[in-house]
Amino acid sequence: MSRAAVIVFPGSNCEHDAVSGLELAGASAELVWHTETDLSGYDLVVLPGGFAHGDYLRAGALARLSPIMDTVANFAAAGGPVVGICNGFQVLTEAGMLPGALQKNAHLKFHCKDSTLIVASSRSVLTRGVAVGTELSIPINHFSGSYVCDEETLQRLQDNDQVVLRYAENPNGSLDDIAGISNDAGNVVGLMPHPERACSALLGSTDGLVLLQAFVGAAVSA
Amino acid sequence: MRFSATVTVRLRPGIADPEGSTIERAISALGIAGISGLRGGRSFTFEVEADSESAATAVAVDVATRLLSNPVIEDHAVSIEAK
Repeated sequence: MSRAAVIVFPGSNCEHDAVSGLELAGASAELVWHTETDLSGYDLVVLPGGFAHGDYLRAGALARLSPIMDTVANFAAAGGPVVGICNGFQVLTEAGMLPGALQKNAHLKFHCKDSTLIVASSRSVLTRGVAVGTELSIPINHFSGSYVCDEETLQRLQDNDQVVLRYAENPNGSLDDIAGISNDAGNVVGLMPHPERACSALLGSTDGLVLLQAFVGAAVSA
Repeated sequence: MRFSATVTVRLRPGIADPEGSTIERAISALGIAGISGLRGGRSFTFEVEADSESAATAVAVDVATRLLSNPVIEDHAVSIEAK
């Protein structure tokens, strides 16, 4: 069984949902405190949502300096599957593991609602085996989720098939309707929506499991 | 020598500033007319121990570049004064 590490920063608050979602997707998952520096034995790494280090300075800006982050970067450089959800996406951009930045939502709106996503690439560890064009209903819950980057970076993301998910209806002013992107290799993914909150029909959607199962599957083939 | 440093961080031109636009609308709600182009920003002040003003500037620029601003969306300006 694949083993997932869910990194916990002071201020993370979606780590238990992430563990539960990963378990439903077929992995075993454990919480790993941000001061740890060892991820040996883990096949997958998740940076969960929340407000790491209070989101002081900028969302994700201080979390990149947590001791675990060098180990996460090495894990990713070796091809290990990494996903950053919401605040985790912000941490990955601040850490330079994904290009661009997440800016305050257009109109200063805090969004907490279901969103319809369209799979834009099947190449990433989060969407492997999921057909391009597939629509998924997954909630968003963020204030700083408007994806921005320079034109050259956007062109590169599009040319290299690094746009993973787009919003069907852009809620926050994100460039190119981007809800999630990957690195060039496809093994590091950041997304603003919360797949771990869409893992139960009772709670409205199981579409998040589609992504988490792909992610857990990526551990086996990585 | 001790220097005091001020780092001002602002969103780069062309990056949307929804906070700035909202504040601008609030100014007009106050009844003050003629204000436009409002952009927000942040200012950080700290002290630097260094051998010279140029060394202190170099340290402050390093802090501004690597932590206080995100170059994808923000510019920064540094000023140094001997204490």
